[in-house]
Amino acid sequence: MKRLLAIAAALLCMAAAGDPGDQLRNPVQEAHARQLFREIRCIVCQSESIDESDADLAHDVRQLVRQDVAAGETDAQIKAELVRRYGEFILLQPRFSLANAVLWVTPFIIAVAGIAVIAFASAGFRRKARESAKGADELSPAEAARVRTLIEE
Amino acid sequence: MIAEFGSFALVLAFALSLAQAGLSAAGRWRLSPALSGAGEGAAAGAFICVAAAFAALMFAFVTSDFSVANVAANSHTDKPLFYKITGVWGSHEGSMLLWCLALTAYGAVMALAGRGLPMRLKSSAVAVQGLLGVLFVGYTVFASNPLVRLNDPPVEGHSLNPLLQDPFLALHPPFLYAGYVGMSVVFSLSLAALIERRVDAAWARWVRPWALAAWSLLTVGIMLGSFWSYYVLGWGGWWSWDPVENASFMPWLAATALLHSATVTEKRGALSGWTVFLGLVAFTFSMLGAFLVRSGVLTSVHAFAIDPARGILLLTILGVAAGAGFAMFAWRAPQLTAGGLFAPVSREAALVLNNLFIAAATAAVLFGTLFPLIRQATTGDAVSVGPPYFNRTFAPLMAAVLVMLPFAPLLPWKRADLLGAAQRLWAAAGLALLAGVAIVALARPGDAVSACGAALGVWLIGGTLTELVERVRGGGAKAGEVWSRLARLPRGTWGMSLAHIGLGVFILGAAMETSGRVESAKVLAPGDSTTVAGYQLTLDRVAPFDGPNYAAERASVSVMRNGARVCSADPERRFYPANQQTTSRVAICVRGLSDLYLVLGEPRAAASGAPVWLVRAYWNPWVRLIWAGPLLMALGGLVSLSDRRLRLGVPRRAAHAPAPALEAAE
Repeated sequence: MKRLLAIAAALLCMAAAGDPGDQLRNPVQEAHARQLFREIRCIVCQSESIDESDADLAHDVRQLVRQDVAAGETDAQIKAELVRRYGEFILLQPRFSLANAVLWVTPFIIAVAGIAVIAFASAGFRRKARESAKGADELSPAEAARVRTLIEE
Repeated sequence: MIAEFGSFALVLAFALSLAQAGLSAAGRWRLSPALSGAGEGAAAGAFICVAAAFAALMFAFVTSDFSVANVAANSHTDKPLFYKITGVWGSHEGSMLLWCLALTAYGAVMALAGRGLPMRLKSSAVAVQGLLGVLFVGYTVFASNPLVRLNDPPVEGHSLNPLLQDPFLALHPPFLYAGYVGMSVVFSLSLAALIERRVDAAWARWVRPWALAAWSLLTVGIMLGSFWSYYVLGWGGWWSWDPVENASFMPWLAATALLHSATVTEKRGALSGWTVFLGLVAFTFSMLGAFLVRSGVLTSVHAFAIDPARGILLLTILGVAAGAGFAMFAWRAPQLTAGGLFAPVSREAALVLNNLFIAAATAAVLFGTLFPLIRQATTGDAVSVGPPYFNRTFAPLMAAVLVMLPFAPLLPWKRADLLGAAQRLWAAAGLALLAGVAIVALARPGDAVSACGAALGVWLIGGTLTELVERVRGGGAKAGEVWSRLARLPRGTWGMSLAHIGLGVFILGAAMETSGRVESAKVLAPGDSTTVAGYQLTLDRVAPFDGPNYAAERASVSVMRNGARVCSADPERRFYPANQQTTSRVAICVRGLSDLYLVLGEPRAAASGAPVWLVRAYWNPWVRLIWAGPLLMALGGLVSLSDRRLRLGVPRRAAHAPAPALEAAE
């Protein structure tokens, strides 16, 4: 049954948001609404935005967003309203909250930590290179003594 | 009878995998060539048995034997023969059998063809591969046998999901699985190297052909899947950061990093621990992908065969195999010797940075894919992680890799001159800047992301060509010499350049497609016209059409440009009675590198009562580059694979000389 539902959902979610009858008159507002559609999930579909989905609920949410855009609400207001109604699940971009910090920060921490490790290792390389350069020029006391004995012999 | 024979062969394959693991391990332990040879024979036997089981299942599909449960659930007598055959891997059980087929095939090839490998390393690797076979063939036998009979066979089957009845999707799983499972050899060789405490330049040279082959196949597999979703799902998108897409992308990223770090290990003996780690990671991601796709823990447009109970089993297999691998790594890695030193500006350092940023970008994909599960388990909240997240994390990290990429081939090993490399790249940089400015000024003003993408694409292509030109003309060669130098370039260099150019081509196509895409949706009655991107589309008629196992409404749309007829397109809406499903069949009018993409929507009634149809049209500029790029990359992989230095026989000669000394020293 679950499988059938999955297939049905995949089929419902098959076309896009550009139905000519629904579009806002103002092309700038319509373009902005389309932009927002891509950040809002069709919550009955299998990981699709309402921009791509043909499901009834996706259509309803699109009309809601279009109304709000036409009424001049900000993106933050529109999203807050959607989260209040449907939960955080509806946002395709997780919010920058403490609970989501791990998600947002980890990849960049890996990059920064890696650069730190590389910088540390390359400092070690420079030190070693310097030491080996020094070692080539100057003899240790033991080596100097050995050279002397060799010469004397 | 044939199905029972197949079931028997599958059980035999399980036993032979056990024998393969046991005999090879014993052969390694007692240093007995006879036992190791028997293990290799068992590996070949396991492959033959799985192939027999696979053939038995295919026979059941072709003859529509509905007493086999899997055939009844996924086939139908009306289905065209081609889709009866591809239905073999359309279901969960069948696709796991395909996985086992690939796994045992790789095991057999490694056992029989890997003659250049030292006996100890090879026996250990064949034993590990045998254990993987035990896990996966055992899973297939005991939890997901595709050859199980039904007590009460139906007269007719349920048929395959119509979305899967498509030539590209038929080819997609074999390539994808060949790529996924190809990483298993890399995994086995990595684990064997840890067991033998031997990770050196020779080992890296043995791993490289397997990693290259698997990477090339995976590249083609992912590309086919992307192309499938582009023209079957009917909204013109080619990548949606869907969990299943991510599941196939993560092993690819790990393998890409591995190919680069293995180069450093091979040429300079450095980074050996990291290369082994990546070898373990790549197949772990493959197994994670199988688990995510098959268990249904993540919702996805691509999940066609899901089952939570089997998910637990697959998770256990993943835990056992990966756990053993990483435990061994934690134990043995500190004993690996550090290789050659290199300066902060050198080719090695550039490849380290490449690996670092690819690893960070892979972490973004991994976290983005798994985070909904993590939040669900910890706070109980349902959250979504969609394309906007990946565009803000993965994209900038990969962009850093791409900016650095053209420098690396121009830097010599050990110690290099960054300024010198930069001076040679000024022409490529200028072209890239020009491309970015052109996008901002002409195509879509203010679209900074697409402009950066186009600039990066040109930068990669230009930078790679610069390196080729440098190699050929360096030192003021005469005109006649250019061609002979070009012909003498090692295949490995050609492969690398092709792959890098392919990446640039892909990035360029992706940037052009996203920045220049035009979309239109119009309700049309027969005879009506609309325009999109300068093309005039006329809906001539919509007529019923009967396919082999579907009934369709087929539209005829003529496409005109400046009054001249360009092509005619026939998008369809199909109804499959066996599945009670309606799908839409996209029509694509190819215009050079670009596509005019047409979708026939549902019929509606106009005010007059006459039927009208919603016709969607997309103009996707340069979209063909999105498929051409990965094909070039895979071709690069194959060209590099044909390099003389990588052929299987060559390491044999190289390995023989130092081997006795090593054995004596141990």
